[in-house]
Amino acid sequence: MSLALIAALPFLGALLPGLLIRAGRNACATVTGAVTALALLGILLHAPAVMRGEVITAQIEWLPALGLNANFFLDGLGMLFAGLILGIGLLIILYARFYLSTKDPMGQFYTYLLLFQGAMVGIVLSDNILLLLVFWELTSLSSFLLIGYWKHLPEGRQGARMALTVTGAGGLAMIGGMLILGNIVGSYDLTVILQNKDLIQASDWYFPALILILLGAFTKSAQFPFHFWLPHAMAAPTPVSAYLHSATMVKAGLFLMARMWPVLAGTPEWFYIVATTGLITMVMAAKIALFKDDLKALLAFSTVSHLGLITMLLGFGTAEAATVAVFHIINHATFKAALFMSAGIVDHETHTRDIKRLGGLRHLMPITFTIVCVAALSMAGIPPLNGFLSKELMLEETVHTVWLGNHWVMPVLATIGAMFSVAYSFRLIAHTFLGPVRDDYPSKPHDPGFGMWAAPALLAAMVIAIGVMPMTTVGELVRTTASAVIGGEAEVYISHWHGFVPALWMSIIAVGAGLVLLGAHKPLEAMWLSTPRPEAKAIFDAIMEPFANAARAVTDRLHDGALARYLAVATLTILAAGYFAYETGTHTPGTRALTPIEPVPAIGWLLLMGATGSLFTYHRNRLLALVLVGVIGLMVSVGFVYLSAPDLALTQISVEVATVMLLLLALNFLPKDSPVESTAGRRGRDGFIAAAAGLGIGALIYALMTRDFAFPTIAEYHLANSKPGGGGTNVVNVILVDFRGYDTFGEITVLGIAGLVIYALVEALLRGGPANDRLLAWVPDQKRAGDRHPLMLVVATRMILPIALMVGVYIFLRGHNEPGGGFIAGLVVAIATIMQYMASGFGWAAARQRIDYHALIGWGVTIAGLCGVGSWFAARPFMTTNYGYFKLPFLEKFELATAAIFDLGVFLTVVGAVMLALASISRIAIRAGETVNVEPFDIQPDEEAATEGAR
Amino acid sequence: MNHWIIAPVILPALLAPFIVLVMRHDLSLQRIFSTTGTAVLAAISLVLLYTAATNPPEVYFLGNWPAPFGIVLVLDRLSAMMIALTAVLALLVQLYAIGTGWDARGNHFHALFQFQLMGLCGAFLTGDAFNLFVFFEVLLIASYGLMIHGGGANRLKAGVQYVAYNLVGSTLFLFALATIYSVTGTLNMADLAVKVAELPAGDAALLRVGAVLLLLVFAVKGALVPLQFWLPATYSFAPGVVAALFAVMTKVGAYAVIRVFTLIFPPETAATGTLFADLLMPAAVVTLALGAIGVMGATGMARLVAFAAIGSMGTLFIAVSQFTPQAMTAAFYYMLHSTLATAILFLVVDLVQDRRRDDTLRTPLPPIAQHGLLAALFFGGAIAMAGMPPLSGFLGKMLVLDATRGADMTLIWTAILVTSLITVVGFSRAGSAVFWKAYAITTTQAHPEPKREPLAFGMVLALMAALVALTVMAGPVTAWLDDTSAELFDRTAYINAVLPTAKE
Repeated sequence: MSLALIAALPFLGALLPGLLIRAGRNACATVTGAVTALALLGILLHAPAVMRGEVITAQIEWLPALGLNANFFLDGLGMLFAGLILGIGLLIILYARFYLSTKDPMGQFYTYLLLFQGAMVGIVLSDNILLLLVFWELTSLSSFLLIGYWKHLPEGRQGARMALTVTGAGGLAMIGGMLILGNIVGSYDLTVILQNKDLIQASDWYFPALILILLGAFTKSAQFPFHFWLPHAMAAPTPVSAYLHSATMVKAGLFLMARMWPVLAGTPEWFYIVATTGLITMVMAAKIALFKDDLKALLAFSTVSHLGLITMLLGFGTAEAATVAVFHIINHATFKAALFMSAGIVDHETHTRDIKRLGGLRHLMPITFTIVCVAALSMAGIPPLNGFLSKELMLEETVHTVWLGNHWVMPVLATIGAMFSVAYSFRLIAHTFLGPVRDDYPSKPHDPGFGMWAAPALLAAMVIAIGVMPMTTVGELVRTTASAVIGGEAEVYISHWHGFVPALWMSIIAVGAGLVLLGAHKPLEAMWLSTPRPEAKAIFDAIMEPFANAARAVTDRLHDGALARYLAVATLTILAAGYFAYETGTHTPGTRALTPIEPVPAIGWLLLMGATGSLFTYHRNRLLALVLVGVIGLMVSVGFVYLSAPDLALTQISVEVATVMLLLLALNFLPKDSPVESTAGRRGRDGFIAAAAGLGIGALIYALMTRDFAFPTIAEYHLANSKPGGGGTNVVNVILVDFRGYDTFGEITVLGIAGLVIYALVEALLRGGPANDRLLAWVPDQKRAGDRHPLMLVVATRMILPIALMVGVYIFLRGHNEPGGGFIAGLVVAIATIMQYMASGFGWAAARQRIDYHALIGWGVTIAGLCGVGSWFAARPFMTTNYGYFKLPFLEKFELATAAIFDLGVFLTVVGAVMLALASISRIAIRAGETVNVEPFDIQPDEEAATEGAR
Repeated sequence: MNHWIIAPVILPALLAPFIVLVMRHDLSLQRIFSTTGTAVLAAISLVLLYTAATNPPEVYFLGNWPAPFGIVLVLDRLSAMMIALTAVLALLVQLYAIGTGWDARGNHFHALFQFQLMGLCGAFLTGDAFNLFVFFEVLLIASYGLMIHGGGANRLKAGVQYVAYNLVGSTLFLFALATIYSVTGTLNMADLAVKVAELPAGDAALLRVGAVLLLLVFAVKGALVPLQFWLPATYSFAPGVVAALFAVMTKVGAYAVIRVFTLIFPPETAATGTLFADLLMPAAVVTLALGAIGVMGATGMARLVAFAAIGSMGTLFIAVSQFTPQAMTAAFYYMLHSTLATAILFLVVDLVQDRRRDDTLRTPLPPIAQHGLLAALFFGGAIAMAGMPPLSGFLGKMLVLDATRGADMTLIWTAILVTSLITVVGFSRAGSAVFWKAYAITTTQAHPEPKREPLAFGMVLALMAALVALTVMAGPVTAWLDDTSAELFDRTAYINAVLPTAKE
């Protein structure tokens, strides 16, 4: 079976339990087991070849640009781990089937389990370190789901998040380390990297890479000081703990250290970091384990301790120590998985895991007792069990290890660690199972059904088998694996008796002292409890919660909706960046001579400044501000006239009129004054920023206007081609409808959209809600005119209407050659129409016209667009214009241009958008209680005359 | 002349007024026509994508005026890719809007949606700097309309800020264009590229000012710190479906930066040099950090995603700021990824909000309809967004890391990896608060109120499928993107296509 398929199988199968749970719990568990068994079979089929020393590979190209490919390889190390992961996985699946209650969603459980299993298998089979990283982070994610499986428990959720945070952080550090490693070697393929020991260890980047990779391994394998997450992950259901913490997740770190051993190990850095960390972890965790009352917590810390032991062995950097590490990995997996499952059985049956509430279970649960006895004695290192064998070998290795020139540190501390290990192992047996039977268990205990104890029993049997016949059972496996770790031929000799070597004496001391410790457990515990010790969760929370709060405070404070500050920051940024760009570039001042200041523009300038200054002073009075804005607009229009831009002036002035009218109507329903909402200091700051920005723009404009273009401009072409190419002498109009008609098309679309948005906005306001309520309860804040529709105004606007329309048509038609065009014409017509509304009221005016403003906008944009499309039929690009001269009887020769059709679209859109805005504001007025008039005037002169006459 | 080039602009530009004109009172008709239009747009965009991949850059001379005097559209691999991304996203998002009934909660949804597409496509296609401004306006006003769709006090308030802030951007755009025009006398991008390279030394300072102002305009759109202030409220208060479409809006800013600062102002330009990279890189790093911190501190789901979107823009701009072909490939890949991931998350959050009737992360609420499925989708989206394996976010991030092995490697790598962690933690806290804590409270209601929205879920799943495809097909996709950045950095092909006369 291809390795890629083996790695993919658990992922592919992960959906099955989630679906098959509908067919029952047995089907669900069986299919999960089948998937796992299939993958295990795949590994076993390769076993003979691997044992012969072959390396099985499989390659699939994934992301060659990055060097990330789905390359897999299977050697002894990979096979051992894959076997452990899948084999123990099978046992866990069986155990969980009986462990989980009917209330737990079993389908989800098995799905998560398979995802996790796939990720683990992926790690151990990867031949590409980037691929390994993918699986590495996947174990973090899937274990997050598994640990948080009991979603209703806060411990579960918090434990899951803590595990994800710590292992995720390590994973991210490892990404950095692996990328550096790839950088050194020039390949991300493990097999290549493993052959470049000298290159890597000689590199300047060796140390950073080592640190980053070890961060990943240590966090995953719960090494000091990252060990704290593991006990909290015990909030998960026991099958999860048994799986994650005996054979898989925490062993991933060990696997990685073993995998990278050939290239990373052997340096002093490696030795002092890895061996020391392992030693500290081993001793410290073993001590804590002794004082844990929760069965799973005890096992958790014992796991940390044993992981420390293995880490230390790998840290020694010798082939012998690495071989022992491999052996202990196997042994630990067997006895620890059995112990976790047994702890789960006790919990399941007695409904408690508190050792203080247990005791005497030997009589009530004889099978469980037997299993625990075997496994715990192995953990304690009692002969002839497998734990004894690897512990002896470990102690032997420490004797040969010199730490900072000191021969005693390692063996003494290792013996102390072993002593604690003996103490907590015996405590597990003694305080849980021995002693008198109690009558206050939360639930009446008895041995569970076969399904539940089968898995731990099998593991216990293996503990004995390996213990009794180590060379026959696992000798070959250890040799193959160790050879893979050290990248050479490993020598394996495991035996119960080595003679009277130091390790034997150390072992004897450890057992004796351990028993003494257990005997003195009560006083020791009192001492332990009275000494203050750091509580990992409290520290973790004390970091995370303030960090989250600070993050919230910072982001919420920054993004609190204070628009003035947002804009102040933006303005400052623009100023600073603009100034920086200017300051760092070379600049030669412009050569254009300054024109003298004429009196007329000087007066205009003074008016403009005066209006702006007044606006600054009176901006809180909104009506006055509007008038002043009007003045400024007017002065800008005059400026355009003065600078010979009549088109711009016409446009500007009609835009001013239309917008001031609409704003006035809108202002009717708004407060007439802007309240003071800021402090004087803040206003001063804003004023300073605004002034700086204004001066900056002024300086920029001055610099630009006092110099010539660096190159001839495109304007020359426009001037030259306006008549021959565009058929019009008004270059501005030809630019608008022809040269850059596409821009105009975009801009009228903007106008049309604006009309639609205003309409939709008003609709939303009037649909009910606070805004609508306010309008319904609206009381005019200003005195109403006695005569709302004055006779004079009505008559005057009526008179003006045809003239204004005529002017509109005229402006439209002359546009191509003289100042004018569709845009201005549209505004003129719209203003003329708005005047009717103002004079006689919306109701009266609306009743007299049948054109829907939506339709005007729709037609406008459509006509403009279709005019552009029309040129396709002449095999020309969009918006290509044409024109010609025609002669009709009684008329002079005249010109017709397709651009006029486009201009008609512009015209219609402008009228539609302005009028739709007006109509929308009127709807607000009507909702606010404005009466709808049906007569043009409020006072009917003739009617009055009639009543007078009747009187 | 290939008229299909302009179709992505003209189709929505004519469809939208048609909808307003003919069917504004009939939602069903609007749905049919608008969706069909978007589907046709998507089909056209795929054809264009194929055309662009097999041909050199292709130019469309509007009004048959020669460049640089008229306006040109340019179809190259990059613009074709952006249009295809937009069209496909738009189609899925639009069907989602129909599936959830979002389009019925206000007026003119479909017309505005089409106008929005017109604006986006126009901005991606244009080869003229002023025309880019015009289409920025089109997409701004349309997006404002979409953003306030459905009304509500918070939304309208955020809308005012959005439009006010972006109008500042528009004004700045005009200043920038005026400055650049005053110096060079042209606004055609290819022509600018030629002129800027030959600029007399004494004009450099003013040109730099214009170019930096332009960079800031695009930074506003791309939510680059310190010009990101408009984004969190806008994205979190916009209708979820609109926020999902907006996933591509920030990319307009990124696209514009990529286009203008590789074509007109590449790092080898004498007048400007590495000015833009120098400004962009630190800002991008801060953006990334701010996004991650915002994710960590978010009190609402939508705001969480909004900050994640800011963070992703940071990563994207880090890659862009390298201005190398390899980093640009990474940026393109990350851009595709981040658009899809952001859209997915906004849609999932929308579904969750709709069911929970609340957005808060602080108080747990009882389980909702399709709780498990939504939790799984959120988990998937969060993995993608935070850049965890196995989804494209991880690959994108690795590509970015791989492409930033320069002088600033330590800073960039640290920033990306640390913010990844913060983002992961932020997402895990949020997911745990919304989806796990729900089981911790005892509710009087036995079952959540049932709600079936198959079309909406289908679209979220379709987006997720696209993300998975992007991951699995990463090899071929990056190979294609490699050619795209190669084309982008081969400026002469673009310039020669637009200005045939400039050929020496």
